[in-house]
Amino acid sequence: MNERWKRMWEGLGMDLEAHDALLEVLRKGYRDIYLAQKNRPEGMGYFDFVMSEVHGLRIKELLDEKEAGRKVIGAFCLFVPEEIVRAADATLVGLCAGADFATEEVEKLLPRNTCSLIKPAFGFKLGKVCPYIESADMVVGENTCDGKKKSYEILNDLVPNMYVMDIPQMKSAEGRALLKAEYLRFKEAVEKLTGTTIDAPRLKKGIEVVNKKRKAIHRLSGLRKADPAPISGLDALLANQVYFYDDPVRFTDSINKICDELEARIDKGEGAMPKGTPRILISGYPMAVPNWKLPWIIETAGAVVVGEESCVGERGTRNLVDESGSTLDELIEAIVDRYFKIDCAIFTPNRDRLDHILEMFEAYQADGVIHYCLQFCQPYLIESMVIEKALETKNIPVLRIETDYTSEDVGQLRTRLEAFFELIK
Amino acid sequence: MRLAGIDIGSRTIELVVLKGREVIESRETDSGFDPIMQAKELLEGVAYDRIMATGYGRHIFELYSDAATVTEIKAYAVGARALFPLVRTIMDIGGQDSKAIAVNGAGKVTKFEMNDRCAAGTGKFLEIMASTLGYPLDQFGGEALKAATDIQISSMCTVFAESEVTSLVAKGVDRRDIAMAVHRCVVKRSVAMLKRVSMEEPILFAGGVARNPCMCRLLEQALERDVLVPENPQMVGALGAAILAGDI
Repeated sequence: MNERWKRMWEGLGMDLEAHDALLEVLRKGYRDIYLAQKNRPEGMGYFDFVMSEVHGLRIKELLDEKEAGRKVIGAFCLFVPEEIVRAADATLVGLCAGADFATEEVEKLLPRNTCSLIKPAFGFKLGKVCPYIESADMVVGENTCDGKKKSYEILNDLVPNMYVMDIPQMKSAEGRALLKAEYLRFKEAVEKLTGTTIDAPRLKKGIEVVNKKRKAIHRLSGLRKADPAPISGLDALLANQVYFYDDPVRFTDSINKICDELEARIDKGEGAMPKGTPRILISGYPMAVPNWKLPWIIETAGAVVVGEESCVGERGTRNLVDESGSTLDELIEAIVDRYFKIDCAIFTPNRDRLDHILEMFEAYQADGVIHYCLQFCQPYLIESMVIEKALETKNIPVLRIETDYTSEDVGQLRTRLEAFFELIK
Repeated sequence: MRLAGIDIGSRTIELVVLKGREVIESRETDSGFDPIMQAKELLEGVAYDRIMATGYGRHIFELYSDAATVTEIKAYAVGARALFPLVRTIMDIGGQDSKAIAVNGAGKVTKFEMNDRCAAGTGKFLEIMASTLGYPLDQFGGEALKAATDIQISSMCTVFAESEVTSLVAKGVDRRDIAMAVHRCVVKRSVAMLKRVSMEEPILFAGGVARNPCMCRLLEQALERDVLVPENPQMVGALGAAILAGDI
């Protein structure tokens, strides 16, 4: 796709050489990890196409929308309500990056021991290789963990249109009031950016579009409860990742099509892997494209991932927004209700998360839980110890993994994972 | 039926062949730079019906032969139980990895921990320190036991510890005292790992590092418990793999 989109990328001020190198890594990784899988649902062809055009055709679409007067908003976190963005006919895209890039440049601005969601966000910007951030009319940061909060102060100097949203840290009435106030402030900022007044009918329509997308993902997740699992964890993760980039209506259709196919597979007793393959629930830190390392090792070491208790997964898509309200305030309240339930590790206390892990473990008929964390993510690392103990007291096999985006520990991880699967068999 | 187990580790390769319960062949060699070639040489002239590979080289070996594979964690658990049927906890320190393994009464692994990617707390750490201090590896533990003065090394990192050792040597500190401090470092790390996994007795110390007398003594002292050490602690993984070859 490189030649076809060269001028577009140039127009966005990107570093073509570095970007070509990045795309080559992405292409190889996708081939070796995704295309090497067996028994993939045919419907995954759509996602193969999306991934092959993730920096090409999708960017062209966004630029066409911009040409037509619509705005593009980039965000790093699922606390940014897509409903409000859609209500103003704007498009929300995820900016998180799952690969290290321009690390030397990043480490001039951020300490080395900064987590792997923050550093690549800077790396992709500094290296001029992310067409999403270059296309964005507004980049929304959010005060979740300390690392992000402080980094946005520095990112503000690199991104001309930075907006920072405050996020509560406790599930109290005061916390909820803060989230509501912040969503109202965000609504105003979006209205100002787009020149569109968000009224109740617009917001309701935004809610409907995003709910449909979530319902489709819920349907997909539900089908993964079958044994044998009708789809690999890698493919399901990809669907959850593309959730953050794709046009929501088209995405919803594509997921529903795959679900039709998976239902037929389940009826015939077919699976992506044989019945009896150890079933793993991954819990923890989000995996952004192209971070496929852990599920790839898991699924080439003889197990299948059946669920992700993660921001890119069920933590991100759980719960719909109540569509029944008719006034603007009722709809905003419904949005706040939905997002305030997110059990991110930045909240204290955060007992809901453990309950959700236990619920998912049962629902997905999992045999074990792998708690996944990237280095230096304090909130999830601290919770991982508590969760490990809690699961052990319930005799649920659990393995804690702390890693990064490099491949240097793949051998050791493979040994640990294989031993874990031997243990749960 | 003859069952073979081969443990392809980062530093050494061990081979055990069983006939029934009897060990009829037991060999070892260095892994060198081409472990597969070394493994093939080790297997030359050895007759067996089934073979199971373990160790970090198991998957490469799998590509060259029709061996089944098992992780060294399970292999050590099975091998340890064959030698000591009541064993509940295993500390395995090899050339590149260290592992603490808990097994239940039925011999099944219930929990384990493994070191991360770095060499701290492994045989490699001891090897580098021995060479920094000018000791042959097989004398390192014995010399350390002759230490007279208690000194501390604060760094667990192989690279930093090496410079710490070098600066102690430069200060004229007795190298036997430094050797003892180096051993304490590894034991401290192993004990921390055991405490996270299990302290249930009997505890077995295995892997190549269990041949080091100073490590064995320090581990017992730190745990305040007796620690079992098999006669050939480096062979436990290969033995376990050979037994598991019977289940293929």
